[in-house]
Amino acid sequence: MRLNIIVLAKQVPDTRCVGQATMRADGTIDREALPVIINPDDMKALEQALRLKELHPESTIQVLTMGPSRAADVVRESLFRGADGGYLLSDNAFRGADTLATSYALATAIGKMGEYDIILCGRQTIDGETAQVGSQVAERLGIPQVTYAEEILHVREGHLTLKRHIDGGTEIVEVPLPLLVTVDSSAASCRPRHAKLLMTHKHTDIMAWNATDIKADITQCGIVGSPTRVKDIETIVPTKKESRVIGSSDEEIENLMVELFG
Amino acid sequence: MPNFYTDSPELKHYLNHPLMQRIVELRERGFIEKDQYTYAPHDHEDAMDSYDRVLEIVGEICGDVIAPNAESVDHEGPTCRDGHAYYASGTEHNLETLRKAGLMGLSMPRRYGGLNFPCVTFMLAADMVSRADAGFENLWALQDCAETIYEFGSEEQRERYIRRVCDGATMSMDLTEPDAGSDLQSAQLKATFDETSNCWRLNGVKRFITNGDSDIHLVLARSEEGTKDGRGLSMFIYDKRDGGVTVRRIESKMGIKGSPTCELVYNNAKAELCGERRLGLIKYVMALMNGARLGIAAQEVGISHAAYTEALAYARGRRQFGKPIIEMAPVAEMVGNIKAKLDATRAILYQTTRYVDIYKALDDLSKERKLTPEERKEQKYYAKLADAFTPLSKGLGSELCNQNVYDCLQVHGGSGYMKDYTCERLYRDARVTSIYEGTTQMQVIAAIRYATSGFYANVMKEFAEWEVSPEMAPLRARLDGLSARYEETVAIVTSHNSQEFTDLVARRLVEMAGYIIMSYLLLQDATTHADLFASSAHTFISWTESEVDKHVGFISRAANR
Repeated sequence: MRLNIIVLAKQVPDTRCVGQATMRADGTIDREALPVIINPDDMKALEQALRLKELHPESTIQVLTMGPSRAADVVRESLFRGADGGYLLSDNAFRGADTLATSYALATAIGKMGEYDIILCGRQTIDGETAQVGSQVAERLGIPQVTYAEEILHVREGHLTLKRHIDGGTEIVEVPLPLLVTVDSSAASCRPRHAKLLMTHKHTDIMAWNATDIKADITQCGIVGSPTRVKDIETIVPTKKESRVIGSSDEEIENLMVELFG
Repeated sequence: MPNFYTDSPELKHYLNHPLMQRIVELRERGFIEKDQYTYAPHDHEDAMDSYDRVLEIVGEICGDVIAPNAESVDHEGPTCRDGHAYYASGTEHNLETLRKAGLMGLSMPRRYGGLNFPCVTFMLAADMVSRADAGFENLWALQDCAETIYEFGSEEQRERYIRRVCDGATMSMDLTEPDAGSDLQSAQLKATFDETSNCWRLNGVKRFITNGDSDIHLVLARSEEGTKDGRGLSMFIYDKRDGGVTVRRIESKMGIKGSPTCELVYNNAKAELCGERRLGLIKYVMALMNGARLGIAAQEVGISHAAYTEALAYARGRRQFGKPIIEMAPVAEMVGNIKAKLDATRAILYQTTRYVDIYKALDDLSKERKLTPEERKEQKYYAKLADAFTPLSKGLGSELCNQNVYDCLQVHGGSGYMKDYTCERLYRDARVTSIYEGTTQMQVIAAIRYATSGFYANVMKEFAEWEVSPEMAPLRARLDGLSARYEETVAIVTSHNSQEFTDLVARRLVEMAGYIIMSYLLLQDATTHADLFASSAHTFISWTESEVDKHVGFISRAANR
């Protein structure tokens, strides 16, 4: 079986390195002062794609990323691990995009990339932490989505079966192709770079697309296409709310039910 | 954890040595494979860049996977059941990660699936892997056994076995037997030719076999009936898939617990001859052991590095009498000594490895074409240096490594004696390095002729000609003085004209030679990178002075008795 897999990945500042030296007075992060990495959940999505390719060796993995020119490293790092190719969406017109504008640009680029069976991405990024982009891309493309995926189990007869993380456990779901899957941080870590692939691809040019290349509507891109406005940034200190512990005896449970329904 | 490559700029310094120009040139044969393999380098810079980047992958895996697994591997250890050895789960994870990163068959030619990396790159990787988990380094570095198949096996064997090693198959070298340890020529494992199935059959017992349940074994066995010495031994390849070898037990060891040390029973095991009959010990094992000894030297350096990291972190964090203990002279001295000995052993490790790289590459070239007279001379020059330096690097490296883990534990005080800190594992892991692959005493036997023949003294004179920075000039003058005292002491020993006396003082002579040579190498390192090595050069040369004083005193007094 030959699967066309697309992995969405983003270059993000390594927030593990956030410290006083990297914070601005207004509470925002000085991105330039931080090293960049591929978003950890996206790396986990790539790993799921690579495992699928191991099961179905004729499959192809294309990586799509959006960002400044240095974000081409996202594609290159993916090639080092076994992806087949990828594209960098880079244009001033894409700058300042919120999740809506980002998902528009990504979905438009996916349209240009051709046929696909599975789109994989991380559940959320460590910079925005909205967990919206994957879902929005699925909505824009009009395909099913499965969130919080932990492990793709198999693809058979046009359906993908996977295990997804839910509160207190996991569930197995089966979904028809094509679909979009957002991968949870509880999924397996991505494999290391492969020595031979690294040496092969270290100078590989990464195809860059701008807004014109993907025939994007500029009014839906970047800051112009982003309705999100940051009103304020404040530090929320969690406070203890009134709480009580309910015991597990029949009597206590019954009392609780009476209280809730009564 | 940090990346073990990028957090130690010393490693890059050793990678970027000027001799690498020649090493890469020989290894890549004018970059002839650049159009044949996508991952082959186009020029020297490209090759060096690839080594650097791949070492960064190794460093990442060491920091993120192997080191974090080390403690559980040490506790869990391998198990033996149904005649087989099973790795600890952390060991399996380490191996799988390295396989996925394509880090097997590092130094094997590309035509068998290898990376064709020089030995220097391989040892840099081994150095880091050992720092992460010394026991695991044993398993991983045994891939170097493929070198023996490459050097002495048939083309068909190379194609069949080396390719598997590059794909991740593990190896072992089955040499030791219950009654044949250092004295390998008395090995008894029997090899008989089975006319019916047209193959060799092995019968007998091997003991203390590191990674003894590996996929592919190199086995030393007696193929010539009626012989009793090394000339009756041949080298065989045993493929685990053929069966016939069972693991009777695995040893319960003091350290390097991740690596299963097996007792093997060969019961009519099918095997194939590697190379020619009768050359098993006298040629092949000697070559195999020199490579393995270098691997242990890298293991020693890796353990020393871990000891330094642990000692430094503890000494900075532990406060007594209102300040961190690193600020107290007795503790600072121990930590400084660890670093100096680490840098000194690393300096000689990579110098030795460069020699090995050049002579082996020329050896390999000689299989393709006749070497020019200059190349033959170069080959002999470096082969001799490699032979003279390997026992210094392995033997003295192991002793200094043991001193380092001792001091590391001492820095930790009472806490170091508890099982809570890494230093106690390092202490246990280090101990074997001065025993296996030839004890320190065997290394002294291998090295002493280079002391008495004046070879080491000549090396010192050659090294004394190297330019040093003005800051290092006073140290060089002191070192030249030590070198002269060493030569006088050698003269005392040789003029004594007694083998017994030479044997008695051999270790001291070899230690003096080794420490002085390491000091000269450190001076060079401190000349190019004062920030990294100047402090170690000062400390190590002062320490060497006291060692030379001690040994000269002992030898002079013994000679006058």
